[in-house]
Amino acid sequence: MNMAGGIPLLLAYAAIICAVMSGAISLFAVRRHPGFLHTGSFLFLFIAGMADVVAGGWALLANLIVTDQLALGLPWLEWHLRLDPLSGFFLVLLGTLVTATSLYGPSYTREYTHGEAPQPLPPLGVFTATFVLGMQMLLLADDALVFMIFWEMMSLSGYFLVVYQHQHAGNRHAAFLYLLLAHVGALVILLAFGVLAAFGGGLTFAQMRAAPLSPLWATLAFAFAFLGFGTKAGMVPLHVWLPDAHPVAPSHISALMSGVMLKMGIYGIIRVSYDLIGEVRWEWGVAMLIVGTASALLGVLYALMQHDLKRLLAYHSIENIGIILMGLGMSMIFLGSGHPLLGTLGLVAALYHTLNHALFKGLLFLGAGAVLYRTHERDLEHMGGLIQRMPVTAFMFLVGSVAISALPPFNGFVSEWLTFQTALQAPALDNGVLRMIMPIAAALLALTGALAAACFVKAFGIAFLGRPRSRHVAHAREVPRGMLLGMGLLAVLCLVLGILPVPMIEAMAPITQLLVHSALPSATAQGWLWLTPVSPDVASYSAPFVMLALILVFGLGYLFLKRGAVPTRRCSPWDCGFGQLNHRMEYTSTAFTQPIRRIFGAVWKVEESVETSTVGVGPIRRVTGINHYLHVQDWSWLKVYLPIGSLVLEAARRIGFIQTGSIHTYLKYSFWTLIFLLWIVSI
Amino acid sequence: MNSLGIAWMLAAVQTLIFVAAAPLLAGWVKRLKCHMQNRAAPVVWQPYRDLAKLLQKDMVLAANASWLFRATPYIVFGATLLAAAAVPLIVVHLPTAAIADMIVLVGFFALARFFTALAALDIGTAFGGMGASREMTVAALAEPAMLLVVFTLSMTAGTTNLSAATEFVLQAGLVLRPSFLFSLFALAMVAVAESGRIPVDNPATHLELTMLHEAMILEYGGRHLALIEWASQVKLLIYTVLIVDLFFPWGIAREFTAGALALGIVAVTAKAMLLAVVLVTWETVLAKMRLFRVPQFLGFAFLLSLLGMLTSIVLETGG
Repeated sequence: MNMAGGIPLLLAYAAIICAVMSGAISLFAVRRHPGFLHTGSFLFLFIAGMADVVAGGWALLANLIVTDQLALGLPWLEWHLRLDPLSGFFLVLLGTLVTATSLYGPSYTREYTHGEAPQPLPPLGVFTATFVLGMQMLLLADDALVFMIFWEMMSLSGYFLVVYQHQHAGNRHAAFLYLLLAHVGALVILLAFGVLAAFGGGLTFAQMRAAPLSPLWATLAFAFAFLGFGTKAGMVPLHVWLPDAHPVAPSHISALMSGVMLKMGIYGIIRVSYDLIGEVRWEWGVAMLIVGTASALLGVLYALMQHDLKRLLAYHSIENIGIILMGLGMSMIFLGSGHPLLGTLGLVAALYHTLNHALFKGLLFLGAGAVLYRTHERDLEHMGGLIQRMPVTAFMFLVGSVAISALPPFNGFVSEWLTFQTALQAPALDNGVLRMIMPIAAALLALTGALAAACFVKAFGIAFLGRPRSRHVAHAREVPRGMLLGMGLLAVLCLVLGILPVPMIEAMAPITQLLVHSALPSATAQGWLWLTPVSPDVASYSAPFVMLALILVFGLGYLFLKRGAVPTRRCSPWDCGFGQLNHRMEYTSTAFTQPIRRIFGAVWKVEESVETSTVGVGPIRRVTGINHYLHVQDWSWLKVYLPIGSLVLEAARRIGFIQTGSIHTYLKYSFWTLIFLLWIVSI
Repeated sequence: MNSLGIAWMLAAVQTLIFVAAAPLLAGWVKRLKCHMQNRAAPVVWQPYRDLAKLLQKDMVLAANASWLFRATPYIVFGATLLAAAAVPLIVVHLPTAAIADMIVLVGFFALARFFTALAALDIGTAFGGMGASREMTVAALAEPAMLLVVFTLSMTAGTTNLSAATEFVLQAGLVLRPSFLFSLFALAMVAVAESGRIPVDNPATHLELTMLHEAMILEYGGRHLALIEWASQVKLLIYTVLIVDLFFPWGIAREFTAGALALGIVAVTAKAMLLAVVLVTWETVLAKMRLFRVPQFLGFAFLLSLLGMLTSIVLETGG
């Protein structure tokens, strides 16, 4: 190891050791001292998160590349590790979320010991630690072996975290689906590394970078990596595991999964295509842009139909992964057609959105967890009025909602704006078809953004505003301070990244230098006030001014209108003369999205019916009840996965005849297999 | 005072004029409409009287209104004010135009709409929910069409900055671009939908089956209502000026001299008054649409903007 620049790597090691300690404490100490999980285990996780932020941030800002070899594993296969700006960036992302969740976790997990059905805490602590450990190590990996080992560690720990509340059959089913697709994905990733290793002559990333690849093999390697990592990232149509798995995990784990684990898929795509393969091609960009647009649009449309708050958030992760992929796709199109500067712009937009999504989705999942913690309710139709009972949580959730809806002056807007700006540079391309699909993709992104805003008006409005729709929601209390602190950290970061985009983009320069040998000098040339991605004449945005103006309007409004005015009188709202308004007269989540369900009807399989039960005969009947049934299903599940599933079952049934159950048959099989293998070896 | 100082001062003055003149346009539209429909017309400055009356009124809030309900009018007004600051009214090349380009402008409107819809859900009446749901649906369909228009113009002009785009049109002179024609019609349709006019919404109604925007702000009163009403008047003026700037900018001041500025004021006033005549004619001859016809209306706007973009790519850039 190069000692001069080695401190960040040592810090990263310290973070890894802290994660191990966190797991060890949960494993050994919790049984005797249950309080240890709440202090010790999460304390170590907190330190690990902070150390990750510092280590990653250091490597990123100082533009360091530090490599190291550890004599672990097999004698002739050393572990190669490397910390560079790209892994540093993702370490910062991981560390921030781990820090926030470790502030949030101690109070949140108390529910499992004090609730109606107590859960054992050690598995939760241990698998959280291994989950974090897996992600830390795979970011540092510099050879395919280490990468795959820790990729699997992350995936498997994820399985145990999803299945943590295994009493419910639904959770077990979700976890199985997760495990199945995680392994299909891992298998495909292995193939991608296989192609690279075969041409590079070794498993280290350095050898893979030097591999001489023909365009065909490079495309094959990219296709495998895209499919494999895309499965983990949750792109359409490989997303089906995601909306099932994320909601059922404990909420702070959901935040880590949606916020960070999906980003490991993005990391993998960037690492393999930009770094290991090196020369990206515009054809890959087109594929990625199409898949990304489809994911973004379908993700948000499915999200709109959900009334389970955490499931809704999980579908939004698919949408945001789509937006990230769109940025990457456009970046590849520009790079592949010889426009390195515009390619860099797309990459920066994608990376910025990656960070932003981690922050606001983490925040939103923690907020949903806070609601779940106090009300034991995930269904929007039973919530309402929580802004009165949980004002701080409501405020945090609002910040997250505004950020994810891509509204100024928060962070989601900046990255979507950058994605739009990338798309608008399409006239620079020579190919007419490419010039056309990029603005159309951007228009669909606009549709996605507007639908996302509608979805979060629904989510926030139904959950936090209006009147409580059930008794336990009406009696909810604010959550403990630790949970608020975790959410507050992410909320503040959402605002900071929205207001100060210029320093953030400046900080990303080492990554783009490393990957595409280009930076965005024009974006930051006008100082920290002005974001000018291409040039000041083409487009500019000044988030600090926007914030200043909003504060000014509030101040002036208060000064002129509020002061000296007659005190506000409160009275009951207009009830159309029907008497007391109650919660059954409110708009529901299902009602809110009814117009959208009707307009985009073909996107879902919608089964809707109204049953009226009546008493009496003849023309005048007394209505005793009206029931509305609504069942919305995902077409990709019905049209892709169920046919494949039944195909597999059918094939298994056909092959089943070789299983006779008699030992003689199996001995015969072994014998013939042995003969066959010997024959192969001999020729 | 140096030129930058003058520019910033002009920008502030222009924004103030923008906000101050917005009720005048609303009054003019109302007056024209009354004349056209054979009704007795109020004076042009009636909207100022209404605003003054609302600002002086005592406040009454619903018992369960939260802080969000009280903050929303300020957020809506603030976002609209920012949007107004970014649009060149009488003079181009002002520094405020650099704060926000056309995409950010759409973002400001989205911000205002987001909070209006939330405030509508805050009280928990069915009207609010219905208004919020419909408004967000209409917006989801209008926004892509609007942005596609912006994309077409900015790809032709090479900029998303409004001031620079206006300058581009001025310099290009009288060139008939088919893409601009399509975009003009698309933008006009989106503007009608977004500022809540017939046939998408009816600003003059309080019938629950016909209203979108009015349903959302039903619970507001006093200075809150004044701010929201004022903001929607500013929004109407912004869309008017946007159409003027992007398609007929001639007359707008390009340097900071008194003569040019005076000409700019006269030009934009005349053009806004003319566009109001078009709007009023449109509103008089058409009837309000059923809600589920609105997607077709906006789908048509989207189609027009898409055609605009395709013609721009195929016919005008060559290739």
